[in-house]
Amino acid sequence: MNGFRYMDGVATVRLADAACIGCGMCEEVCPHGVFAVAERKARILDRDACMECGACAMNCPTKAISVTPGVGCAAAILNGWLTGSEPSCGCGG
Amino acid sequence: MGRKGSSTDVKFPSDAGTGGGCCAPPSGKSVSCCGGGSASTGEIRYEDGFIDGKVDTPAGPVPHVHSRIVVRDLLGRWKVRWGIGRDRYRVAPGLYALGAPDGNAPVLVTANYKLTFDVVRRDTAGLDAWILALDTRGINVWCAAGEGTFGTEEVIRRVTLARLSEIVSHRRLILPQLGAPGVAAHEVRKGCGFSVVYGPVRSRDIRPFLHGGMKASPEMRRVVFPVLDRLVLTPIEITNLLRPAGWSAVALFLLAGTGPGIFSLEAAWQRGSAAVAVLAGGILAGAVVTPVLLPWIPVRAFSVKGGLAGGVVAACAVMWRRGVMDAPTALALLLAMAAVSSFVAMNFTGATPFTSPSGVEKEMRRALPVQAGLTVLAGLLWVGGAFFR
Repeated sequence: MNGFRYMDGVATVRLADAACIGCGMCEEVCPHGVFAVAERKARILDRDACMECGACAMNCPTKAISVTPGVGCAAAILNGWLTGSEPSCGCGG
Repeated sequence: MGRKGSSTDVKFPSDAGTGGGCCAPPSGKSVSCCGGGSASTGEIRYEDGFIDGKVDTPAGPVPHVHSRIVVRDLLGRWKVRWGIGRDRYRVAPGLYALGAPDGNAPVLVTANYKLTFDVVRRDTAGLDAWILALDTRGINVWCAAGEGTFGTEEVIRRVTLARLSEIVSHRRLILPQLGAPGVAAHEVRKGCGFSVVYGPVRSRDIRPFLHGGMKASPEMRRVVFPVLDRLVLTPIEITNLLRPAGWSAVALFLLAGTGPGIFSLEAAWQRGSAAVAVLAGGILAGAVVTPVLLPWIPVRAFSVKGGLAGGVVAACAVMWRRGVMDAPTALALLLAMAAVSSFVAMNFTGATPFTSPSGVEKEMRRALPVQAGLTVLAGLLWVGGAFFR
């Protein structure tokens, strides 16, 4: 994804090393190659590539991964600010 | 301007099998973004032109689908790309047979957005497989996973409703990788006894994935966002802007007629149409030029990408109209077009598969005041021009 990188130093994804069992699910589901598993432990290879979709945390059987998932969409965030609620695209229904 | 709903914006359009679109989403919790199409109920007329028969199974007859894409499918795709009837473009949730599947055939899970379903049946032509369409309310896999409608519970529900365990002898489901934000594989196993294998991101890779013993290469696991995929998302960007743009145009015409003395209809028309042209130029720069040139504009913030694109388009306009325009008007045009383009481009973050919410928020906190400032400045220069000429 050269040319497709976004803001550095903001992604909220964290990995609790002790809880990790090295199952590899995070590496499998991540669409941006943020994780790599070696010697039965996952580690975060490229945090700044994370788009906070939440797939890794969702599929981590030991809850070793945390991330604040959300809507990476300006219209949604603006909506959230204006209405004081969760970010929502207001796409309603 | 919200990403219109239900929607379906498809992020990876050429392979919508998995593609998502709207605002990048979260796991499980119900953040509505693209969303919330209404539940698929009786009032929805499901698309069924691709069904060409039935196959008998131990759990009863299952509709059989073919892989051909016909004119009607292309027309339907074109319509939803422009936002026409996007919430209603659905197939009935449930199990379908493709080719001549037996008890060992793989089960491919997808969304009940017709655009997605079409891509899956097209890309799996020649395979013998079961396709299980979840009720994602007509929303693509990615967005639906963000909302949780492509989620653990729905997977379990559909597997149970279809009596899948009576139809296949294995206990394995193949899910699109981009469904993972909504599905906890280990919970699905607990809930219905089927284990989840995440397939490739793009449905066109399903065949090599299956032939390679259900192993996805690293390329199959990564999202990409090539120029065609960006281009097909631009119509919906524009469609979504029509309403706010219309109101802005009305305001501009009113403002244009205001000058020394009384409201002038002639001025309203002349200066107003010029201002609306600037607005339209800004929208095109932000919603079409910026998305297309996205990776080649050498900055990361979408607002800056858009501002640059708008600035360049505006500079061309100024060059073209030089001699006709006075300096304040030219400057106003430049600032306004850059600001509009910047704002519009920022909204494209919702259609991209790599922007994080934390990043977008950080960008917005910086960009919005600048965009507002530029707009006010442009307005002062432009309105002021009418008073001091």
